[in-house]
Amino acid sequence: MELVTFSLLNGVVYGLLLFMLSSGLTLILSMMGVLNFAHASVFMLGAYFSYQLGRWIGFWPALVVAPLLCALAGAAIERFGLRKVHASGHVAEILFTFGLSYVIAELVIMGWGRNPIENRVPAVIDFAAFKLWGTSYPFYKALMMAISVGMFAFLYLAFKKTRLGLIIQAALTHPQMVSALGHDVPRLFVLVFAIGSALAGLAGVIGGFALLTEPNMANALGPIVFVVIVVGGLGSIPGAFIASMLIGIIQTFAVAIDYSGLDLLRGMGVTIARTSPFHEVLAIKLAQAAPIIPYLLLVVMLIVRPRGLMGTRDT
Amino acid sequence: MTRYRRAWLVAAALLAVLPLVPGLDSSFTRSLLTQMGIAAVFALSYNVLLGQTGLLSFGHAVYFGLGGYASIHLMRAVNAGLSIPIPFVPLAGAIAGLFFGIVFGALTTRRAGTIFALISLGLGEMVHSASLMLPGFFGGEEGVTASRTKAPQFLGLDFSSQLQVYYVVAFWLVVSAIAMHAFMRTPVGRMCNAVRDNPERAEFVGYNPQRVRFVVFSVSAMFAGLAGGLHAINYEIVAAEALSAGRSGAVLLMVYIGGVQHFAGAIVGAAAITWLQVSLSDYTSAWLLYLGLFFMALVLYAPGGLVGLAMMQLAAFRRAGAARLVRAYALALVPVLAIFVGSVALIEMAYRRSTQPEAGPRMKLFWVALDTSTPWPWVGALVLAIAGYLAWRWVAPRVAAAWEVARA
Repeated sequence: MELVTFSLLNGVVYGLLLFMLSSGLTLILSMMGVLNFAHASVFMLGAYFSYQLGRWIGFWPALVVAPLLCALAGAAIERFGLRKVHASGHVAEILFTFGLSYVIAELVIMGWGRNPIENRVPAVIDFAAFKLWGTSYPFYKALMMAISVGMFAFLYLAFKKTRLGLIIQAALTHPQMVSALGHDVPRLFVLVFAIGSALAGLAGVIGGFALLTEPNMANALGPIVFVVIVVGGLGSIPGAFIASMLIGIIQTFAVAIDYSGLDLLRGMGVTIARTSPFHEVLAIKLAQAAPIIPYLLLVVMLIVRPRGLMGTRDT
Repeated sequence: MTRYRRAWLVAAALLAVLPLVPGLDSSFTRSLLTQMGIAAVFALSYNVLLGQTGLLSFGHAVYFGLGGYASIHLMRAVNAGLSIPIPFVPLAGAIAGLFFGIVFGALTTRRAGTIFALISLGLGEMVHSASLMLPGFFGGEEGVTASRTKAPQFLGLDFSSQLQVYYVVAFWLVVSAIAMHAFMRTPVGRMCNAVRDNPERAEFVGYNPQRVRFVVFSVSAMFAGLAGGLHAINYEIVAAEALSAGRSGAVLLMVYIGGVQHFAGAIVGAAAITWLQVSLSDYTSAWLLYLGLFFMALVLYAPGGLVGLAMMQLAAFRRAGAARLVRAYALALVPVLAIFVGSVALIEMAYRRSTQPEAGPRMKLFWVALDTSTPWPWVGALVLAIAGYLAWRWVAPRVAAAWEVARA
């Protein structure tokens, strides 16, 4: 019971983190058709910025300033880079952001070195929030949850209830019409890119100290975020939410379960000889298999339901 | 075929004498040439996808790596007594590449464009993490080793020297280049270009774009597997790195930097990037940053890559006469050089501070001794770069005008 509750809580935190990344990516993808390879790199920038700013001005101001810096970086990427390659088509746009992900990783090395930095949980939020069955749940994880939920509530209201939100929503599906009505669509693109990057940066701030902050962290998380948006259905934010939660919770549970296929078969009374060709595959413990689960989910989804969970078009 | 026969003969002869030319006949350059050849086969196979069919894959190293593993396991069997000469071992890689190309291609080639890119990335990550989970076949991080010399001799060759390995690679490079060049001239190869440019019209002509993509994907995976087999022979080891996302990204950089619109582009790119990997990484730890920036600049300003740029310049020179263009370029050289030196100095000093703090603040850059703990080198480099940029703003219209005249 204890294991299940805590795994569930951790899974939800991880899932919310994934959703914060995948929602920004989905926004950018569905509005501009750009698959932003540098999205996870902006997430990494958020983690490094918050570490550096946290040392200069403290954790709480950094929580606000770091995502804003990421928003600025995102706006600059759109305004001075993507806008120029937009005419050459989607492949050129992907290639541009792909090159950018290399450059950002190297810039991070240039600024903070190749080794992981000591991005510890700040002292102001490092205490037990509550106790369950004698195990305490850390406050910073509760804070991660609160911040992400609050952020989504804010964005939801901003999109549904404000004029600007309605214009962006319209531009997602009918950019030409919105432009014909006199709105500056390229400027909306910059804005959407900035919002998506700010979300990624915020995820970096609150996720940085939960994961290892190192120059390779973008490469470690980026592909999983891509899986999330395919499994959820391209362009669907609710789909991205379900897929984030699904992958977050499944992966967290898998890490906690120390069983292999051999154990399962032994429980059913079947033993596999060490010489059997299947022995190696069946000997893998579920905890070891955790990294591959999102990708298996992707393959299964492509075979069973190519449009993704909530998608409207085939992938 | 006859049209190209002389070009192929010249290329083959060139490859045959290259490692014997004085200056290129050291064991270091022979090893470098061998690596370039392997990279060229891999890059050519990738260009069949990206350049000819417009499929942007982020997981092509899967077929390279699996081909490598198939070959290294065959080589272990040869070491144990199986009688297959070493030059034929890469064929096992080709077969493995083809097999996995058919299996995974059926899944990935249903769609093109962005979605294909996403799925190829996911599959690549899946195979890479699976390889780390199955150490029995993949050997984990350390990889699988075999010996190319513990094998039956072939035509009196025992493959103990780098030169002999080079000739095996050169042979397969020529064979696969001819095969891929010829494949692109078959009807299905021509349909690849149609599918890239306008899938709907290709469908109206009576071809199923999914089918065309599937066929070309399998063929490309086969040649990637062949390259993996050559890698296995050359290094006598294959590790999980061979099928990682890093290697998939590297082949993309090679092909795009070389130029996707020309057959020779992939070869030029493979040779250039391999050379950079081997030699530039000795001089600077920031070489990946330079490579990334160069790549982004090409995407923005010269989508034809190096070969495309060279072709463009040649045509312009022929049309406008050299004098005007050379004068404009000489004018542009000064600010470009200033920007280059200034920003390289800044990057190198910042790298030294962050990645090698133990080496101290003193360093040598462009034959000048600097002390990075004082502000002057930083200010100097920054001023140089900014001055260069301002000068470029002044020069750029003149260069553009000369270029317009040359193009008109």
